[in-house]
Amino acid sequence: MSRAGKTAPRIPSKIPTGISGFDELSGGGLPRSRTSLLMGGPGSGKTVFALQSLANGVRQRREAGMFVAFEERPGQIIANASSFGWGLPALARHKLFFLDAHLSPATVQSGEFDLGGMLAILKRKKEEIGARWIVFDGIDVLLTLLGNPVAERREIYRVRDWLADNDMTGILTAKIDGGTSGAVQYGFVQFMVDCVIRLDRRLEEGVSVHRIEITKYRGSEFSTGEFPVSFGRRGLEVAAADSLELSHAASSERLTAGFERLDEMLGGGLYRGSSTLVTGAPGTSKTTLAGKFAEAACRRGERTLFISFDEAPEPIARNLSSVGIRLKPHIRSGLLRMYSARTEATGAEEHLQKLRSLIDEQQPRCLVIDPLSAVAKIGKLSTSRGVANRLVNMAKDKGLTTIITALVKGDDPQTEATELQISTIADTWIHLSYLVRSGERNRALSIIKSRGTWHSNQVREIVLGESGPTLTDVYAEEGEVLMGTLRWQKEAEEQARTLLRRTEFDHKQRELEFAEAETRARIAVLESDLQRQRDELALNSSGHEARNLSSSERESTLRRMRNARPAAPTVAAAARTKRPPTPGAPGKTGDGAA
Amino acid sequence: MARPRRKAAKSPPAALTVVVMRLYIAAGSTNSVKAVANLDAICREYLKEGYELEIVDVIKYPLRAVTDGVLVTPSLAKLSPAPTARVAGNLSDKSSLLLALGIKAPVK
Repeated sequence: MSRAGKTAPRIPSKIPTGISGFDELSGGGLPRSRTSLLMGGPGSGKTVFALQSLANGVRQRREAGMFVAFEERPGQIIANASSFGWGLPALARHKLFFLDAHLSPATVQSGEFDLGGMLAILKRKKEEIGARWIVFDGIDVLLTLLGNPVAERREIYRVRDWLADNDMTGILTAKIDGGTSGAVQYGFVQFMVDCVIRLDRRLEEGVSVHRIEITKYRGSEFSTGEFPVSFGRRGLEVAAADSLELSHAASSERLTAGFERLDEMLGGGLYRGSSTLVTGAPGTSKTTLAGKFAEAACRRGERTLFISFDEAPEPIARNLSSVGIRLKPHIRSGLLRMYSARTEATGAEEHLQKLRSLIDEQQPRCLVIDPLSAVAKIGKLSTSRGVANRLVNMAKDKGLTTIITALVKGDDPQTEATELQISTIADTWIHLSYLVRSGERNRALSIIKSRGTWHSNQVREIVLGESGPTLTDVYAEEGEVLMGTLRWQKEAEEQARTLLRRTEFDHKQRELEFAEAETRARIAVLESDLQRQRDELALNSSGHEARNLSSSERESTLRRMRNARPAAPTVAAAARTKRPPTPGAPGKTGDGAA
Repeated sequence: MARPRRKAAKSPPAALTVVVMRLYIAAGSTNSVKAVANLDAICREYLKEGYELEIVDVIKYPLRAVTDGVLVTPSLAKLSPAPTARVAGNLSDKSSLLLALGIKAPVK
């Protein structure tokens, strides 16, 4: 794997290509001031690789470069690369020099020739623009023209020595016919150069797949094996970022999964930066769940990216609005970006590339991919699996909270495990299914796994209403959660029973109130009786005194008449009466008597 | 800047055409030396009526070569009479060179 070691001081310094993934793969780029060979069949991306390295050198480090085109005209090359947005025409004016080394077919060949003149031209240009890189694109064309092995070797050595003398980093590109012969072709070139990279394009189940492999790198370690390559807006990209070490930050912040009851089931929501897989058969409301999540994210003011496969944004937004999920205002405000990809259009790698550039553009915090299982339809399953895997890891690397939906065959969530195998790397796995019972099809939601959180194990019915999806109350009967009409019946029964209880209660309440009122009334009657009796009693006793008084008056009158001394008790009796006694009366009577 | 080398015939008749050529070489390289010698031999043998040859050393005048679109050395350009032609190589292949120059090789 590595040829590093014994000659440690000679480890060549490296010059980054700026090609995402390749610099990681090669441990820093191409060998500086050395020659590298890019081999590959037609359309495998050799020219793109070389040109991209040059353009990146200029754009990222202001290092000028030269491009010698043996096969195509520079004008064509620049035009072909215009779709990559490197701004080549502008770079070609100052920092890039294109040499048209395309030999006109009208040129007659007579005897041997060499590159002495061309290298003289290049040396002059190198000094003029201060170039550090040079690409010889289509060196095989030159070798074919040279026509004999001795001349081929001589010229390749000439190029190599020239590069070393001028302290230039060189890239040679050469076509190979594909198949195993590639390793044999240009054998001497492979021996001569310091780094050999093989690019490959092949068809896998009708989809063209690109691969890259470093087959030789003198004095350096490198990742062995083939790595997928994709072409996107920024050019070629190597999917080498499957770094062996995973390091995702773990946040303890909880986000809503869309609605409260689901959050409850998840023990408080989703962790920020986690990935959630939602599996289910068609029509089990996977998109609705994903849409609700996206809407909730936008409501929090977080930028969100909604990727859908084979369904345009407009119908999705419309369909979701029927269940109360409004995405359009967020699309208008730019918080939400919806992108629809056509699965057949490109390979899985291209989708990944596209997604990556979308993420770079939108800078989202939340991501929805609906449904990712569409990727499995493209080409070889192992490729799609790799793509899906890297996609999830990419989202995690970027700290995105992600919801991925996946279509599963039938109702067995385990079929997912045989397809894209996202379930093993997703943090949370929600499964949606249909439960058919009593002639009804009801949507059920269950949480298969949720890392690091308590979660409900119950199967709950999910109901789509005008105000969005929600989970119904749980009614279990004989160990089964009731759904649909059965649940509705149970609910109705429950309601009726509640009503009855309430009525009974009210009735009792009223009865008691009545009884209390009755008692009170009785008390009032009794009290008034009591009063009456008291009055009567008072009246009775005062009548008796009056009678006593009148009899004592009569007695004293009698005594006066008889000139008798008033009897002391009589006085006392008089003093007891309420009427004030006439004090003068006895005295007068006495005086009168005296 | 270049080394023009003219070799006119003693008395060229008006009807005869002069072949104008330019040879680009990398001075010092084996192929270039060979090319000069080969071309000289051809001219002596077939262009007795007259020719005009300019030899450009690309190592000295690289920009001239860029402007003229010359990359490999040695390489010969036949500028006139029409049709013009380009020949790459040390001109060791005599028949293809004569064909390019529009000279009928005597059948032997």
